[in-house]
Amino acid sequence: MKKTSKDTGLKRDAILLVIVFIIAIILLSLFPKKQEPVTTESWKFFVEMIWILPGVMVLMGLFMVWVPKEMVEKYLGKTSGIKGFSLSILFGALPTGPLYVAFPLALSLIKKGARISNIIIFLSAWACIKIPQEMVELQFLGTKFMAARLILTIVFVVTMGLFIERIIEWNNKKMANPWEM
Amino acid sequence: MNTTAILINLFAFACLFISFLNDKKKTQQSLKVAIKSFIRILPMVFIIIIFIGLLMGFVPQHLISGVIGEQASFGGILGVALLGAILHIPSLISFPLAASLLESGASITSVAVFITSLTMIGVLTLPLEIKVLGKKMALLRNGISFGIAILIALIMGAIL
Repeated sequence: MKKTSKDTGLKRDAILLVIVFIIAIILLSLFPKKQEPVTTESWKFFVEMIWILPGVMVLMGLFMVWVPKEMVEKYLGKTSGIKGFSLSILFGALPTGPLYVAFPLALSLIKKGARISNIIIFLSAWACIKIPQEMVELQFLGTKFMAARLILTIVFVVTMGLFIERIIEWNNKKMANPWEM
Repeated sequence: MNTTAILINLFAFACLFISFLNDKKKTQQSLKVAIKSFIRILPMVFIIIIFIGLLMGFVPQHLISGVIGEQASFGGILGVALLGAILHIPSLISFPLAASLLESGASITSVAVFITSLTMIGVLTLPLEIKVLGKKMALLRNGISFGIAILIALIMGAIL
C-alpha cells in the first residue's frame, strides 16, 4: 500500500511538472524579453541543486539502511535528562524516513514509557532538523543563517518538549487516562 | 562548485566507502534507496527551479521586498508563517526557493519563518498525528511550533 501511494505521488508531481513547464513556455513566448533572465536564474539554481543532491541522497540512503527503527526504539525508550534530549535530537535528525514513519515510532515509544518531552523533541527534530536538510540549507543560505536557525530551533524545541510534558502531566493528575480522549 | 558542495560530496563518498568496507549488501541497498529517493524528488526539483526562474524574471523586486522585505509588517510575517504551515513542499526544495526570495529582496525574518513553519508544522499530516498521539499532544505541538517559528525568525532577523 505504501508503495502505490508513493507511485501516485510521483505521477502527480510529474503531471504538475508538465503543467508548470507549459505555463513557463507560454509566458516566455508571450514575453520574449524575459527569456534571458528567467533561463539564467533557473540554470543557476539547477546547477547548485545538481551538485549537492546526489551526495545528499546517498547519505540519506546510507542512514536509512544502517540505522534501523528498532535501534531508535531501543535507545529512546529508556533514556532521560540531557542524554535523553541529545539522543532524541540526534535520532530525529538522522535521515531515516518521512514524518509518517515517525508517528507510529513515537506511539511505540509512549507505550514503552519514554518521557513525553523526549517524544515531542524527537518528533520535532524529525520534522525540522534533518541532516540532509541542514546540508542543503548550508549550501543555499550560508553558514550563519543555517547555524543560527539550528541553534535557536534546538533551544526552542527542547523548551517546548518540557512545557508540553508539564501540561500533559498536570492533566494526568486531573484525569485518570489522558490517552482515552 | 562551492566549498559546501565539495564538503557534502566528500562526506558522502567517505560514508559510502566506509559502508562498502563493512557490508557490500547493505551498501547496495542504500544506493538503491538513494536512487529511488532521487527519482522521487526530481520532478519537484524541476518544478521549483522553473518557478524560481519565473519568480525572479517576472515578479518585480520592489513587490517582493514590499510584502516580505525589511519593512514588512507583522501581518506579512504572520501570513508567511501560515503559508509555510499549510504548504506541503519537501523541505530540501524549500531552501533554493528561500535563497531566491532572499536575493529578490525578502527579509531574513520572512525567509526564516517560512522555512521553520514549513518544516515544523504539518497541516496535511495533522490528522495522522492526532490519530497516533491524541488530540491534545498533536495540537499543542503544532500550535506551539507556530509561535516558535515566528519567535525564531524574529530573533534571526535581529541578530543577522
